[in-house]
Amino acid sequence: MSRTTGSRRATARRALRGSPWRWVVLAAVGVGALLTAAPFLLLVLNAFKSSSDYSQNGPLAWPTSFSLEAFEGYLARVDFPLALWNSVTISVVVAFLGVTLGLLAAYALGIGRVRGNTAVVAVLLLATMLPHEALIYPLFYGAQALGLLNSVWSVVIVFVVLQGAFATYLLSSVMSTVPRSLLEAAALDGANRRQVLWRVVAPILLPTMSVLVVFFFIWTWNEFYIPLVLLADPASQTVPIALSTLRGQHSIDITVVNAGSLLSLIPTVIFFVLFQRTLSRGVTAGAIK
Amino acid sequence: MTIETTAGSARRSSGQPPDRPPAGRPPRRRADPAKRRGQAGYWWYLAPLGVGFLAVVALPFLMNLYISLTSWRGGIAPVTWVGLDNYARLLADDEFWTSLYNSVYMIVAIVLVPTVLGVLIAAALFDYIGKEFGGRAAAFLRATYYLPQIVPIAVAGFIWAWVLDSRDGVFTLVLQQLGIHDPPDWLGDPAVALYSVMLVLIWLQIGYPVVIFMAALQRVDPELYEAAELDGAGWFRRFRAITIPQIRPEVFVVVLTATVASLKVFAPILILTGGGPEGSTVVPSYYAYRNFFELSRVGYGATIATVMSLVIFLAAMVLLALQRRSDRKENH
Repeated sequence: MSRTTGSRRATARRALRGSPWRWVVLAAVGVGALLTAAPFLLLVLNAFKSSSDYSQNGPLAWPTSFSLEAFEGYLARVDFPLALWNSVTISVVVAFLGVTLGLLAAYALGIGRVRGNTAVVAVLLLATMLPHEALIYPLFYGAQALGLLNSVWSVVIVFVVLQGAFATYLLSSVMSTVPRSLLEAAALDGANRRQVLWRVVAPILLPTMSVLVVFFFIWTWNEFYIPLVLLADPASQTVPIALSTLRGQHSIDITVVNAGSLLSLIPTVIFFVLFQRTLSRGVTAGAIK
Repeated sequence: MTIETTAGSARRSSGQPPDRPPAGRPPRRRADPAKRRGQAGYWWYLAPLGVGFLAVVALPFLMNLYISLTSWRGGIAPVTWVGLDNYARLLADDEFWTSLYNSVYMIVAIVLVPTVLGVLIAAALFDYIGKEFGGRAAAFLRATYYLPQIVPIAVAGFIWAWVLDSRDGVFTLVLQQLGIHDPPDWLGDPAVALYSVMLVLIWLQIGYPVVIFMAALQRVDPELYEAAELDGAGWFRRFRAITIPQIRPEVFVVVLTATVASLKVFAPILILTGGGPEGSTVVPSYYAYRNFFELSRVGYGATIATVMSLVIFLAAMVLLALQRRSDRKENH
């Protein structure tokens, strides 16, 4: 939108002014957005009800009184601070380590152009498409053999590599656009390979890498299948897995699960609001000018 | 699941010449003797990821392949070599074919509907709402559509399982209040459940194309629209003649990543229906999971997972080839 010129805006205004269509379009897009948001609104509405209020008045009624009973119920059953800590540990380590591993590998592929680099990148791309089902059983036994089952580090190792493969794929293609002259100038100044990476290449790629860190954090936070299998013990569970384990127990009040869902939702929403600009920039990152 | 490649499209939407092959490999280069000489040292930079890749992807994948050639109930049970028996059994397994057939519905819900809706919503937000009501309104609406994409699938799945519940689900209650006394059992009726799941998947997915396409539209030169407007082209003609061709690379990225994702759908099925009722919503990934962890038919589960990988690679290759062909056509 930043590129919209003043004159264009003026033309558009002239053409559309007074058109009844503007309200029709706004209404259509607005209703769509409302429907998208509706499940979340329902969640908030019902998380603050007592269970008797819910069973008497149903999910659509306004709460008769503001109640934190459901939250207390959830926190009594799930060690939420521990789950939060596990999730933060896993996501932060994976985001930073994954991007670092990707940067190193991409340096060898995009700048070093080691033999067979095209094939390596193609294999890494395939790896990002691989269904986790085709890895899970050996990973399960591997983690068990190493004593890492029910340890957050098993999930960390798996996702550092999987996200690292994606980072390598993305960063190596961006790196191939770094001007050769820049690297040669650095080499003439006596910079060795490591110095070229950290002082020349890394700063150029910083915007792309920061976008990757944000995405890796969210993707890892939301991961479901591999953590579900590798982290069966409540002490090692992440926020989403703790919620889904609890839901499997039939005797739980719906309001309690509602409150748990809301609690599990809050960290990602905070993160989303903080990094919204990075996320929407993510799509256009990689422009090296 | 599918945001997974939002950043992947990154490079596509930057200021690169449009005729460059997208999303694929970096262009092949001629050997540069001066550079080749000093390459050995670069292998060290590849080593950490390389070792990790062997341990976490390559070795497990090969082991899975081996397991698929055996009969194994898991754990310390004996492992019996059966050759290709599992694959032969799979070809004759109705439940597997149902699961593969259901993947077509997943493609409709994850690729087709969201991509079409996404183009329309993105164009409306960028081209209309953004100009008429301000960029803030457009950004707010975009964020709303994107919200389901950043929510943990466990949370999203729970919310929908509750909304679609047959006894006191919101859908059912609203319909009852409207005077419909016998609303369908959204997740419990074999004739309806698959469509309910599709509805949830569309909701989950829609934000991804909207965000990507809106970013793509910012790249389009406004002068193209101005010229078309001066020539008297209406909104729809501009949409068809300018918007669609200009964002074609992004459309391709969305279609490719979403297709791969739709062939891998797992969590929504596990949480919403568990493959039921009467196996009507089973998908390959869930069928593999069930064989691994519920039926203790590990060899068979590994077979399903291997075939799934092949189907995904094949679909990706077909799409990449199609795209290369249409790129070539455009350049001629």
